[in-house]
Amino acid sequence: MSAISKEVADAEIEELSVQKPWGTRMIDTIRRKPLGAFGAIIVLVMITMAVLADVITPYDPLVNAFDKMHMPPSAEFWLGTDQFGRDIFTRIVYGARTALLVGFVTAGVGAGAGLVLGIASAYFGGVFDLVLQRIMDVFMAFPLVILALAVVSILGPGIQNVMIAITIPFIPQCARVVRSSALAIREIPYVDAARALGFSHSRIILRHMGPNVVAPFLILTTAFVGQAILLEASLSYLGLGVQEPTPAWGLMLQGGAEEYAESAPWIAIFPGIAISLAVFGFNLFGDAVRDLLDPKLRDR
Amino acid sequence: MYQYIIKRLLLMIPTLFGAAVLVFLLLRAIPGDICELRMGAEGGLVDVATLETCRASLGLNEPMLVQFFEFVWGFFTFDFGTSMWTGQPISHEIGLRFELSVQVAIMATIVSILVSIPLGTISAIKQDTWVDYLVRAFSIAGIAMPSFWLGILIILGLLIGSQAWFGTPWMPPIRYVPIWENPMENLAMLIWPALATGYRYSAVATRMTRSALLEVLREDYVRTARAKGLLEKIIINRHALKNAMLPVVTVIGIEFAFLMGGLVVTEQVFNLNGLGKLFVESVTNNDYTMTQALVMLVVLIFVVTNFFVDLLYAWLDPRIRFS
Repeated sequence: MSAISKEVADAEIEELSVQKPWGTRMIDTIRRKPLGAFGAIIVLVMITMAVLADVITPYDPLVNAFDKMHMPPSAEFWLGTDQFGRDIFTRIVYGARTALLVGFVTAGVGAGAGLVLGIASAYFGGVFDLVLQRIMDVFMAFPLVILALAVVSILGPGIQNVMIAITIPFIPQCARVVRSSALAIREIPYVDAARALGFSHSRIILRHMGPNVVAPFLILTTAFVGQAILLEASLSYLGLGVQEPTPAWGLMLQGGAEEYAESAPWIAIFPGIAISLAVFGFNLFGDAVRDLLDPKLRDR
Repeated sequence: MYQYIIKRLLLMIPTLFGAAVLVFLLLRAIPGDICELRMGAEGGLVDVATLETCRASLGLNEPMLVQFFEFVWGFFTFDFGTSMWTGQPISHEIGLRFELSVQVAIMATIVSILVSIPLGTISAIKQDTWVDYLVRAFSIAGIAMPSFWLGILIILGLLIGSQAWFGTPWMPPIRYVPIWENPMENLAMLIWPALATGYRYSAVATRMTRSALLEVLREDYVRTARAKGLLEKIIINRHALKNAMLPVVTVIGIEFAFLMGGLVVTEQVFNLNGLGKLFVESVTNNDYTMTQALVMLVVLIFVVTNFFVDLLYAWLDPRIRFS
């Protein structure tokens, strides 16, 4: 290699290794993915609402005030009050806690369990894979809401049981997708190398194969959060999810919302906007994550 | 094709069998048993004799295998036992509501097709223009919006709209009349839930139509059609859309199978006495036998619909049935 070309090569390597400042990179990403950035902003707003709920609103979300029932939106009550005189804005802000708790826990646990089962299924193969896949097939034959309702019918309503009911249908969905990615990875020699070195099965699954199927795993996890928020809202709306007086968006639409639809429409409108925006935000954010991690799926 | 049908039919058996085992075990996994839980939920102490009567009536004293055999046999003979809440035969309760739910499901599917195919096509043809963005926003909103909230908004819109136009608020009829008895009244009642459910399901199908058509429009044969000077309308309708419909048909078919899940919530909003509402009531009332029968029914509908979707797919795409 001549001296000049080596200099050029060194300069190029130096240029490539110097990272752009954090702010510039963020602006680049926002420009390339405006919708994803919008989704991320909604997600951030939700997280802020959940964390700083006590600071954001001066009212208590649980205390009834019968002298302030059905008040329309005003400077005092931004989004009006409900049939028990509770401030709707306050209940929406605190409701973000319930939504995010259910969303993150169910998506995390469901996708996490699916990840381990999916890789194990691909790694061990044979009878284990066959039996596990048939079990997953059975779970996949239940529509999401139906399986969740069946679980609630056994465990009873309440936030913990709802989380279990939502987590269970997520496991086979994630396991199925992760398995197909892991099948390809199993054939790569480093897995054989790890086995030859005498590593344990769990170490190979978690340390060696796990990080390589992280793309489909992350894509599914973000998609699950939106689905979980929607499912929790549906179950709570049916009276089988989170119970009063806990602030939850689906629950806010139950009872009073329909009963007073004409005289106090704000009770029905604002919690619904909160649910839609949250799911919308997580979906957009999830789409952007998918585009960044898996360019093949773009435009789908 | 016959071989394909037989293969697909045989594949249904393990899934249905597995679902039956799962549903059977689910209700027997409860600590104690369903009689204890059911009667305990009503409050107060229950004497042993009452519990024994309940167990005997449900056959819970029999060995597990016999119970499972009876459960599966009941399914084959449409004898699901009696409801623990009303005491009526379950097949009778389901029969009363089946027609309404199936009609809403079919109407919602029609709404979904009528919305998704034209919108998806326009969106693909006008890719990356404001029309495309508008359609995409419309479809993403459909996925994000809970159908029960959309239902509440429709009711609210009807009340406010009718009040403004006619001076008196109008609500859809409450009593179900079969479509062949009084089509107008039937449609006036069921069109709203069909719209609320159909819009949500159209969202996925719109996205699928768009992406499938975009893929087909980049194929060589479309370029050839353009090169030989065919009208764009003919290229889209005859060459592109026909081939793009394959994945769309699958999505619409699978959604039909999922509709039962959607109806659970929508029927509650519109106060329709269908299978979805029955399902929620049976869960609320701890009516375990009813819940068990309904879950199995939904799985059966789901598996059978998927079977027909696969057949349709194989019929449309010869590569599948000959593979």
